[in-house]
Amino acid sequence: MSAEVKRKEPFIRMVKRDSMPLWKSVLIRIAAILISLVVCAFFIYLITHSNPVQVYRSMVDGAVGTGRRTWNTLRDTMILLATALAITPAFKMRFWNIGAEGQILVGGIVTAAVLRYCGESMPTAVLFLTMVAASLAAGMVWGLIPAIFKAKWNTNETLFTLMMNYIAIQLTSFFSIVWEAKKGSGTIGTINQKTQAGWISTKFLPDIFGNFNYSINVIIVIALTIGMFVYLKYTKQGYEISVVGQSENTARYAGINVKKVIMRTMAISGAICGFTGFLLVSGSSHTISTSTAGGRGFTAIIVSWLAKFNPFVMILISFFLVFMGNGATQIASEFQLNESASEVITGIILFFILGSEFFVNYKLVFGGHAKEGK
Amino acid sequence: MNFLWAVFKGIFSVTFVQKAITQGIPMLFGATGEIITEKSGNLNLGIPGIMYMGAIGGLTGAFIYENGNESPNGLLGIVFAAFFCLLFSLLGALIYSVLTISLRANQNVTGLALTTFGVGFGNFLGGSFSKITGTAGQITVYATGQAFRTKIPFLSDHLGPVGDIFFSYGFLTYLAIIIALLATWFLTRTRAGLNLRAVGENSSAADAASINVTKYKYLATCIGGMISGLGGLYFVMEYLGGTWQNNGFGDRGWLAVALVIFATWKPARAIWGSILFGGLYILFAYVPLSQSMQEIFKMLPYLVTILVLVVTSLQRKKENQPPAGLGLPYFREER
Repeated sequence: MSAEVKRKEPFIRMVKRDSMPLWKSVLIRIAAILISLVVCAFFIYLITHSNPVQVYRSMVDGAVGTGRRTWNTLRDTMILLATALAITPAFKMRFWNIGAEGQILVGGIVTAAVLRYCGESMPTAVLFLTMVAASLAAGMVWGLIPAIFKAKWNTNETLFTLMMNYIAIQLTSFFSIVWEAKKGSGTIGTINQKTQAGWISTKFLPDIFGNFNYSINVIIVIALTIGMFVYLKYTKQGYEISVVGQSENTARYAGINVKKVIMRTMAISGAICGFTGFLLVSGSSHTISTSTAGGRGFTAIIVSWLAKFNPFVMILISFFLVFMGNGATQIASEFQLNESASEVITGIILFFILGSEFFVNYKLVFGGHAKEGK
Repeated sequence: MNFLWAVFKGIFSVTFVQKAITQGIPMLFGATGEIITEKSGNLNLGIPGIMYMGAIGGLTGAFIYENGNESPNGLLGIVFAAFFCLLFSLLGALIYSVLTISLRANQNVTGLALTTFGVGFGNFLGGSFSKITGTAGQITVYATGQAFRTKIPFLSDHLGPVGDIFFSYGFLTYLAIIIALLATWFLTRTRAGLNLRAVGENSSAADAASINVTKYKYLATCIGGMISGLGGLYFVMEYLGGTWQNNGFGDRGWLAVALVIFATWKPARAIWGSILFGGLYILFAYVPLSQSMQEIFKMLPYLVTILVLVVTSLQRKKENQPPAGLGLPYFREER
C-alpha cells in the first residue's frame, strides 16, 4: 500500500438553509405533489391498464362530480380538519397525541348515548347542549389520562395514546352489541331515524344548497379553525404551548408550569376530538361503529405536521387529501377494486410531500468546498 | 368460584398454549424487527404497515409460483413466498429509511404515513387480487400454505402433550425464536451490535468514533423491517393457510410495537412476552361471559401494555430505558 493518504471529497454535501422565500417553498411543494400524482398515475395504470388521464377525470368526478358528492367531500374535509385542529395544540407542544381516534370515538359514544336515551324527551336546545357538553367531557377525560402520566412520570405518550385508541374501539364494540338494532347484528343502525331528534339538520335553512347539505358542519369547523388560529397565535396559553414545544427547559426557566401546560393542552386537544365525535354522530352518520373515526387520527397528525401547525393551511391539505381519497374510492368501485386504493394513493402523496420538506430545509452542494455557513 | 374454575381449566390446556403461541409469533417477529430498528435510533411506527406489506408480498410470491402450475411444490412455494415477502417489506423499510435518514423527515409522521400506506397496500392488493389476475374468488395458495404449516415430523406426534406444546408448529415459529435469540446475541456480544447501539444512543459520538452512522441506520432499519415482514408472512401462511382476509391482521402490528416496550428493548425477553400477549389476545374466548362483556375483556392486552408503560416509567431503571437518541434525526453539521 502506498503511504499516500487520499482525502475524499464528498460528491454531494448538504447544507442547512437559513430561510427560503415563500414562493420558492410553495413551488417545491407543488412540484412534489405533481410528481406524486404522476407516480400515482403510473400505479393506477399498472393495475387497471386504463388511461391515467381518464382515471383522474373519474377521480374528480368521484370527489365533486355531483352535488351530493361535493357535500360528502366537504363533510369529510371538515371532520379531518377538525381532528387536525384538535391535535395541533398538543402536537405543537411536542406531545405525540396519536390517540385522536379514541378520543373521537368516546365523544361519539356519549353523543350516541344521549341521542338514544334522551333524544325524544329533551327539548332540542337542551339536547344539543347536553350532547356537546358530554362529548367535550368524554374526549377531555380520554386525552387527560395519558397527559397526567406524561406530566407526572414522563410516561411515553405515543404508545399510551395509541393503546387508549384500542380501549375506545373495544368500548365502541361493547356498546354496538348492547345497543344493537337487531339482535345478533352487532350494529346500532341509524339512531332516531323517524324523529331525527338530535340530528344536526339544515332543513330550516333556505334551500340554497339543495336539501342535502352539511353547511352547519362547515360553519362550525371554520369557526373552530379561526378560533384555533387566534388561540395559538395571540393568547398567552398559545405562547406557552409554543415555548414548551421549543424547549421544556427554557419554559421552566421562564417560569412556565410545564406540567400544567401539558395537562391543560391535552384536555383541550381531547375535548375538541370528542366534539369531532359529536359532529360525526349527530352531524353526519347518526350512528356509531368501530370504523366511525376511520383512521383519521393518524391522517390528522400528518395534516397538522405538513401545515406547520397553521390552521388555514390545514384547510387546503385536508381538502386535498379527502379529495384524493374520495376520488380513489370512486375509481376502486368503477374498476371493482378494493376501496383501500384511497389509502395507497394518500400514502404515496404523503411520502412525496414529506420528502419535499428536505429540499425546503436543506440545499445540496455538488463537489468541492462549499462556503462554510455562518 | 365456578367462573374462576372455568377460566382456569381453559387456560391450563394444551390448545390454549398452542393458540397463545400462534398469536404471539407474528408479534415476536414484529417486535424483534422493531427492536433492531430502534437500536439505531429510528422509531419506526410504520412497522404495522410493513407487516401488511410482508404479508401480501408472501402471498403474491406464492401466487406467482402456484398460478398455472399443475402440481406446485411446497418447498419452492416457500422460497417464492419468502423472497417476495422480504422484498416487499424491504421496500417499505426503504421508503422509511430514505425519508427519515437521508431526507431527515420526521420519524413519527413518516412512520404513520407508512402504516397508512402499508395497510392500504395490503388490503388493496389482497382485496383486488382476483380482479387484477382474472381468477375467480379469493385467491388461495394451498400448497404453499400447507408447506408452511408442516409440523416437525415424529416429534410432533409421538410425545403426547409435550410434542403438542413444543413441536406442533411450522418452521417459522422456530425461526422467530431463533432470530430473537440471535438478535440478543448480536446486540450484546458483537462489535457491530455494540456499534449499532452506540449509533442509537448518541449518533454524534458514534460518528466521532468513525462509525458510519448512515450505513448503520439504513442497515438496521431495512433488516429490522424485513424481520417484521416475516410476521406478516407467518400470518397469511401458517395462520390463515395461504389466503387473504381484509384487515385480518388487525392491530397485531401495534401490539408488536407495544411489545418492544414490554420487552424493554431486549429481543430474548420479547419471546415470552409475545406468548403472554398472544394469550391475553385470545383470553376473552375462554371466559364465560356474554358477548358484549367479551368485547370489554378484549381490552386486556392494551391495558397490560399501559400498565407496563407506567411501571417502566416509574422505575426509571437505567437498563430499561429506550435508546437515548430514539426519534432524533442525525445531521452531522448540527452539533
